[in-house]
Amino acid sequence: MTDLMEFVVSRFNYWIYVVLMMIGLYAMISKRNYVKKLIGMTIFQTSIILFYVSIGVKSNATIPIVDHHDVVHSEILVDHYANPLPHVLMLTAIVVGVATLGVGLAVIEKIYRQHGTIEEPELLADVDQT
Amino acid sequence: MKVFAFCLVFVTGVMLVMTAQDFPAWGDAHSAPNQYLSTYYIQHTYRDTAVPNIVTAVLADYRGFDTMFETSVIFCAGLGIAAILSFGPRNPKRRKRLGLPPSAEGDLIIQTTTRLLIPVTQLFALYVIAHGHHSPGGGFQGGVILAASFILLSLAYDLNMALSRLSDRLALLWGNGGLLIYAGIGLICVALGAHFLEYSALHAILPATDSVMARSHAMLGVEIGVGFTVMSMLFSIYTQLVSLGSLEDGL
Amino acid sequence: MNDQLAFFTVGIPLFGAIFASLAGLWRAHWCQRIAQTAIVGTAIVTVGLFLQVNEVGAVHYQLGGWPAPIGIQFHVDPLNALVLIVITVFAGLALWAAPTALQDELPGQERFVYPLMLLLVTGLLGMTVTGDAFNLYVMLEITSLSSYALVAIGKGRAAVSCFTYIVMGTIGASFYLLGVGYLYLKTGSLNMLDIKRVMLEGHLIQSQTSITGFILITVGLWIKMGLFPLHGWLPNAYAFAPHAVTNLIAPLMTKVSVYVAVRYMLMVFTPDFMLAHENWSDIGQIIACVAIGAGSLIAYSQTDLKKLLCYLLVAEVGYMVGGMWLVNPVAFKGVIYHIVSDAAMTSCLFLGAASVIQATGHRHVHALRHAAKTMPWTFAAFVLGFLSMIGVPPTCGFFSKWFLISGAVAEGAWWYVAALLFSSLMNALIFFRLVEMALFSDVAHPADEVMDMGKNGEAAIGLRLPLWVSSLFVLGIGLAAQPFGGWIERIVRQVGGWP
Repeated sequence: MTDLMEFVVSRFNYWIYVVLMMIGLYAMISKRNYVKKLIGMTIFQTSIILFYVSIGVKSNATIPIVDHHDVVHSEILVDHYANPLPHVLMLTAIVVGVATLGVGLAVIEKIYRQHGTIEEPELLADVDQT
Repeated sequence: MKVFAFCLVFVTGVMLVMTAQDFPAWGDAHSAPNQYLSTYYIQHTYRDTAVPNIVTAVLADYRGFDTMFETSVIFCAGLGIAAILSFGPRNPKRRKRLGLPPSAEGDLIIQTTTRLLIPVTQLFALYVIAHGHHSPGGGFQGGVILAASFILLSLAYDLNMALSRLSDRLALLWGNGGLLIYAGIGLICVALGAHFLEYSALHAILPATDSVMARSHAMLGVEIGVGFTVMSMLFSIYTQLVSLGSLEDGL
Repeated sequence: MNDQLAFFTVGIPLFGAIFASLAGLWRAHWCQRIAQTAIVGTAIVTVGLFLQVNEVGAVHYQLGGWPAPIGIQFHVDPLNALVLIVITVFAGLALWAAPTALQDELPGQERFVYPLMLLLVTGLLGMTVTGDAFNLYVMLEITSLSSYALVAIGKGRAAVSCFTYIVMGTIGASFYLLGVGYLYLKTGSLNMLDIKRVMLEGHLIQSQTSITGFILITVGLWIKMGLFPLHGWLPNAYAFAPHAVTNLIAPLMTKVSVYVAVRYMLMVFTPDFMLAHENWSDIGQIIACVAIGAGSLIAYSQTDLKKLLCYLLVAEVGYMVGGMWLVNPVAFKGVIYHIVSDAAMTSCLFLGAASVIQATGHRHVHALRHAAKTMPWTFAAFVLGFLSMIGVPPTCGFFSKWFLISGAVAEGAWWYVAALLFSSLMNALIFFRLVEMALFSDVAHPADEVMDMGKNGEAAIGLRLPLWVSSLFVLGIGLAAQPFGGWIERIVRQVGGWP
């Protein structure tokens, strides 16, 4: 039992990311309101960012900015600094997420301007009419 | 649809949870991603580039090509949103039905506070860009803070006031300019006979630098380019979205 | 200068996009010239690169001067040099036709459309040429974002279709990103060749994480290429986009996604990995067969000309995925050859559809009524494209089907052979329906009155010239099939490690 508990606790970051991701995916598929779909999309993307950043964590490590003192007087201890690569990758992913969200909102605004609604059933009825 | 979505999500979730058993534990310093490349970056970055902030160095130098396209993504989004919202029928009746409130009278207290706040915000943004080598920060973060200062202006006064400071056209120009600075620095490296974005070649034209410091200086250059593009494009996206593309009323 | 060629394939369209967007602030009509110049320049560079790679073997270009796993590198082997040429040639045809197509639909919006188109081409070229798994994601996103914007520009149903496209596209790209994350978690590397090396050396390739990573990447790419049943976004988004945009994205986007999938199968996960899981190949083929059948059947029921072609495209994606999952060199030869020939056929058909719709002003299939009489030249090119879709020799469609079927016969995959033949049959039925309308227009039909048909002339010359050129490509690729196919097979064996 304690083994199982330890196993579950030591990997809690993965459980959280999976749950968040599934919430986002569910919202994207089943919600009828387009803004809610976009909110789901943002949760979905954020969960992946969480996943990446969490795999770069090292216990008792600090942010990846090298200490001047270390450079001059001693070796740079690798275990002393967190893994910088996931942070870099996720900076890119965040920007992509923002850009997609922006384009998504612009499209929603255009849909609203054309059809006067962003609820899927009403919208499809309106589209079929015209 | 709901049942289908639930089944799909459940299956995907179970697959991902099952796989997580194979993952390293939280905070494991000896897992594969925390070894190999990560070790190289932590040990060599300062020697290779003279930049203590490893994230900045990896972002702007080792993986600088990614960052250039990340800037292009923001640029593309700004351009795309302007394109999307400037089309389509403008039905006046529907526009009225949107019920955008008439611009409220500006509040004296808010406007005065904003006037005091904005210069400080912008100064801080410049600091974040310029000090990205030594502390958390860089082009994106600084650019976002700069854009926030303009957005603050449009919230405290109105959209026209903010647009009179940074118009739509000017924003596009700045966005282009920022990307051009980034790609241009890369192209200068090519012209000097090195690979694209190989900043160390720049020591031939920069006074009093060796090839390591050239990397550090060039990184500042590209961060400035990124800052320009992010600032102008985020502000442009904001103005387009709040005014439904008309750039007239809205917030 | 020769060693810089790999960079210029991506660099020229990127700078072209920046300058086109700058020029658009003052002189909108310069955008078009800049875009066309940039694409011609890129085409010259890609041909140069192809010749170079064909001579000396795979070329690696290190961006920032950092060696492979530390920095990003371009990996150009003969296979992606070929795909690069395909992209630039058919993007060039689309850009050639763009001014005429845009004139009617989106007047005065050149300053947005051309820079976005060039960014799209940059992304496609980048996806093909990059050797870094994460860089591929960035390129995928720049391609997607510019295509979202270009599709949403369109009128009518374009915006609603585009929203579905955005949601599905983001799911696909995010799955891809997550898959790359899994590979990174297992290997600690992001370079494709390096991932393969680490996985093979550490015997990690059969670990649970690698397998899930592979599934995530594959599903993500399936969504991006529009494989049935994940195709939901494709027909509407492509059909309701402006013609100039459809001409660009329909031939290229799916093909590049297919190529990326091929690359992951051959270069990152080896063919042995695929064969180690016995039922995977069957599952892949069943999905492909369903996709081929469903795409062809739904296409038959369409009345909108462009949407009909889009469903044919869905069926074509099924061909390529099925061919990939046969996992043998002959089938892969068929897939690569089909990437080239399908780009030519789709380009020809969509340019033809754009010409017909522009000349008549209608997008219903009835727009083809009287076409043989009123626009014989446009119709002839359209027919050539359609014959290739059915698989009539000597067009390229025949040979790609031939290669795919010979690959399937070698594996004993009879269902896949049956699906291919069924699809040919359905295409022929659709074709005769269309030809009947165009040729036997003496029989009166109510649509003539309603739609005012039979009074138009040929399509504008600006659309017809690219259309003819693309139909010549359909013929040319078909006539050169034997030497070309042999060359592809040699390269595929080399890349995939087959004897």
